[in-house]
Amino acid sequence: MKFKAMTALSLTLAVAAAGSANADPVEDELIINDETEIVTKTAAPAHMENIDEVMSGWLFRENDTRDMQRDDFDNPGMLAVESAMEAWETAEGSEGKSCADCHESAEDSMKGVRAVYPKWNDNAEAVWTLETAINGCRTERMGADAWKYDGDDITNMVALISSVSRGMPMNVATDGPAAATWEQGKELYYTRTGQLELSCANCHEDNYGNMIRADHLSQGQTNGFPAYRLKNAKLNSVHARFKGCVRDTRAETYAPGSPEFVALELYVASRGNGLSVEGPSVRN
Amino acid sequence: MKRAISAAIAATILAAPAIAETVAPGDVAYDEAGAVAASLSGMPGNAEEGANVFGSKSIGNCVSCHEVTALADVPFPGNVGPSLDGVADRWSEGEIRGIVANAKMTYDGTIMPSFYKVEGFTRPGDAYTGKGIALDKIEPLLTAQQIEDLVAFLVTLKE
Ligand code: HEC
Ligand code: HEC
Repeated sequence: MKFKAMTALSLTLAVAAAGSANADPVEDELIINDETEIVTKTAAPAHMENIDEVMSGWLFRENDTRDMQRDDFDNPGMLAVESAMEAWETAEGSEGKSCADCHESAEDSMKGVRAVYPKWNDNAEAVWTLETAINGCRTERMGADAWKYDGDDITNMVALISSVSRGMPMNVATDGPAAATWEQGKELYYTRTGQLELSCANCHEDNYGNMIRADHLSQGQTNGFPAYRLKNAKLNSVHARFKGCVRDTRAETYAPGSPEFVALELYVASRGNGLSVEGPSVRN
Repeated sequence: MKRAISAAIAATILAAPAIAETVAPGDVAYDEAGAVAASLSGMPGNAEEGANVFGSKSIGNCVSCHEVTALADVPFPGNVGPSLDGVADRWSEGEIRGIVANAKMTYDGTIMPSFYKVEGFTRPGDAYTGKGIALDKIEPLLTAQQIEDLVAFLVTLKE
């Protein structure tokens, strides 16, 4: 009954969105595989100055797109997870080791990891993303080549590591040794770039819920990454998404894996603290 | 012979003002409220062409942020900016010209891009390639005449 009522409501909203340009996020609940409850809306973390409630990008997508994320059989991003499970078991490099040789089952050893990344790394004295950590294991412990920062291999692996933390709250640290990087990311978030002079905040803080042409603007949260996009029919990394958004301001973008994008990722992730890890998500 | 020469001179005289009077982006005279009194191209605008600039993704793409009932056939207008129905009742021609050329002179810090400006950008790119562009190669988003065409279109929007 509740489900029916909700569907009717979303239908009305979809019609409203097509008719006029009114397009608030939907009222809906995400439970994956009938068991994992996803927090898609919650009180904003204390450091947020202009937003009271944070929301997953899932709430801003159409009914069909949202539905694909409710069940792993319908989520095309899970194929990438399966392929990464094979890579997890495959020995590579001069040491003849696989991820599994050191970490055993990803399901146990990687649970909770996604939720706290990007994260300060003491040895490297820098903030590391999951990608940096994965490549660190490859080059330092396996004697294998680093994967391309935003290539399919690494994005698939990030999807596997994210998938085992689904439902856990994002909780990246913004203080201590990470504070300077976090500040740098915040600065980038509010900088208006390119010939259109738009900042991340212009679209994702000032205008979420509004339509920019056919695009329904969300808060630009990263809790759903990697995201399977129907538009390019593949899994997209956080930095690939950032690159696209900066390019759309008619700006010179930063490179995936650059210190600027790592700092921006830490800051944007911290804006989603409290939302559940959702990756791999489905978006349009 | 004499005739041909005077025809050539006449042609030069007719064509000259349009070129001579195009105001460069750096020379536009905004008053303290952000309005621009005179045509940027030295020529009147064409409302029909302006409607086309307004609705085309590859030209003005104003519909990405603004809805206009007069252009109801252009799909998916955005709502980041206000509906422009009746805009000519709210603003004079000079005020509209100022808003379209550089809305930041009218609305401090507005999200609306500046369509006739070539300086003061952070990390400007070469269109939508994501690559950088030499500062002296930056063209305004719209030409002086396209701005005039938009103005001619917008002044027709009365309620
Ligand atoms: C011109 C508008 C615009 C600007 C500026 C912009 N974005 Fe986006 N962004 C979009 C659109 C449109 C989408 C797709 C719909 C959505 O989720 O908002 C999007 C999506 C995203 C997503 C995916 C959200 C999800 O749940 O799938 C992230 C993350 C993101 N943006 C981050 C950023 C960051 C960081 C910046 C600044 C570097 C930025 N954006 C600047 C328009 C913009
Ligand atoms: C990225 C969004 C965006 C784009 C693109 C955009 N505008 Fe705007 N525009 C706005 C906003 C927002 C306002 C309201 C001013 C404010 O509050 O900052 C506005 C205001 C206006 C106004 C005054 C409206 C009124 O009713 O008082 C006019 C006229 C206008 N825009 C014309 C245009 C034209 C013409 C174009 C394209 C060449 C354009 N705009 C493109 C966002 C945009």
